[in-house]
Amino acid sequence: MELPMRNPSNGKAGWLSWHAFAVFGFLYLPIVTLIVYSFNGSGVGGFPPRNLTLDWYRILFADDAIWTSVLNSVIVALVAMAISLAFGIPAALALDRANFPGKALFRRLVLLPLILPGIITGLSLLMLFREGDIKLSLTTIVLGHGTALISVATTEVFAGLQKLDRAQEEASLDLGANYWQTFWRVTIPNLRLSIIGAALLIFTLSMDEIAVSFFLIGRDNTLPLEIWGRLRRGITPEINAISSIIFVFSLIAIVMWYRLRREGRTEIAAELVEAAAQGD
Amino acid sequence: MDIVATQSVAANEGQRGRDNLLSIRNVAKSFGKNPVLRDISLEIAEGEFLTILGESGSGKTTLLRIIAGFESANTGEVWMEGERLDVLPPYRRRVNTVFQHYALFPHLTVEENVGYGLRVAKLPKNEIVGRVQQALAMVKMTSYAGSKPAKISGGQQQRIALARALVNRPRLLLLDEPLSALDANLRRQMQVELKSLQREVGISFVFVTHDQEEAMVMSDRIALLRMGELEQVASPREIYSHPATAYTAQFIGHTNLLRGAVLSRVARCHSLDWPVGMPDGPVLFSLRPENIRVVDLAVGSSGVNVVRFRGRIRHRAFHGSTELLQVECEDGLRVSVRTATREKWHGDLELEFSPDDAVAVRESQERI
Repeated sequence: MELPMRNPSNGKAGWLSWHAFAVFGFLYLPIVTLIVYSFNGSGVGGFPPRNLTLDWYRILFADDAIWTSVLNSVIVALVAMAISLAFGIPAALALDRANFPGKALFRRLVLLPLILPGIITGLSLLMLFREGDIKLSLTTIVLGHGTALISVATTEVFAGLQKLDRAQEEASLDLGANYWQTFWRVTIPNLRLSIIGAALLIFTLSMDEIAVSFFLIGRDNTLPLEIWGRLRRGITPEINAISSIIFVFSLIAIVMWYRLRREGRTEIAAELVEAAAQGD
Repeated sequence: MDIVATQSVAANEGQRGRDNLLSIRNVAKSFGKNPVLRDISLEIAEGEFLTILGESGSGKTTLLRIIAGFESANTGEVWMEGERLDVLPPYRRRVNTVFQHYALFPHLTVEENVGYGLRVAKLPKNEIVGRVQQALAMVKMTSYAGSKPAKISGGQQQRIALARALVNRPRLLLLDEPLSALDANLRRQMQVELKSLQREVGISFVFVTHDQEEAMVMSDRIALLRMGELEQVASPREIYSHPATAYTAQFIGHTNLLRGAVLSRVARCHSLDWPVGMPDGPVLFSLRPENIRVVDLAVGSSGVNVVRFRGRIRHRAFHGSTELLQVECEDGLRVSVRTATREKWHGDLELEFSPDDAVAVRESQERI
């Protein structure tokens, strides 16, 4: 059988690379536009951008409401990260090691929030808090993010555990370390990369989470909700400026996460999600 | 095994003087409905190099893991120096293991790997440093002390795994196919080194392998395991020259199995017959290919008390120093004959063997 795609001089290959460029442009042009217009002197309109300026960044840095929401988001992300890891690591250990009735079900249920639309998670938590007569605040957002992201911690750490050579733990026991010592001296150091990776991912996801937060918001805004609120009153390049900053930080986090993965050669957690989705 | 027991007195003399270190008593193990070990009893002497030999699935690794404490037997007991071993967790046994893929800790340096057991035992720091140095020197790896395991070769990792186990001065060292990941040359070299190291430290080794040649080279005794049962336990020489069963004869080295019957002190296989001292009945003989000689008609027969027959070469396989001939006899019997390569044989041959070299073996039962 012929494989025309393999041949670079073939017309089809040329068409395909144009297509690839188009997809790339479709994905990244909006972001480029966003960043470029954050330096635009005459508002968000007008092409090409004129009077390049850093004014919008100056205005942004003087805007207390934005910075309060950034601080709120960081606090939410950090606490959600702690909650997710505190529950996710033991859950991953249970999935990897323990045999208990309903394990397959547990595995799927743990992963469910990852697949479930944020609206459902948010709405159901909102109803729960209403029932419990709990006032909406940053705390409720933290709980929302924490529960939704436990699955991320679980999948990441589980992937790390799957990669861990069990013989190492046996070697540790063999050399006289008891189970507890083995866990701290061998298991956890081997999971280090997975845990850091999970933490980074959870932090990033929580920082730009909007659906769950939308339902659970009290009086204090997180950054995405603050931006969303302002957009309703019209776009200013100040929004572009904060978005550009978020973009840069997210990029750094994602690159770090990706490099950790490669370094640790851990499998992509998505594989597990896939397996669960296929009902394996 | 009774036949062997009487015949192997000389070979086992070396073990007689030593005390028993470990005794495995009627150990059985199954995974689910799958029996893996059935009623294994085995003694391991102080300072002995014992090899558990078997094909994959024979249960050899499971037996090793029961001794180490990573598996528990369904029935039976394991004792070491008058103490019940099988009830202790792995970290309380004075037994250390060299794992098949070494299982070095990737996050620790070579030095930290070797010192792991001593640190966990909370020995004084200067003693740890001293013993680690000594252990690294023993395996000639001193200059790699600061390296991470990923940065050293397979053979070097193997040495570190060995040092990491021996530094704890175990009573017994278990080795789970430790050479299987090495290439052929390095493997032969490590066989010799491992053997001399064992002599040097005087610790009992229980070595698991599927490679019969390796077992022959290194062991004081070989315990041949087949489908969860011990087929024969004897020294390499003994097990080679007096295999107890057809399986042993075929697994260890190459052999011809001759099926026949004994009637009035005469064994008869096909058209061959020779006097034996056995009772009447069906019989199975193992005759090693190197024990069949080609008679050079110019020189003549090598003895009077031989069985002679004629045959024609059907196939020949060159093995370097020797050649393996497939010979078909006039009565249709096919035998393998090993000859020195320098002798060039063709066509029809006159062959002979000594009746002493035809060893009666038990049929190996089929087990599922």
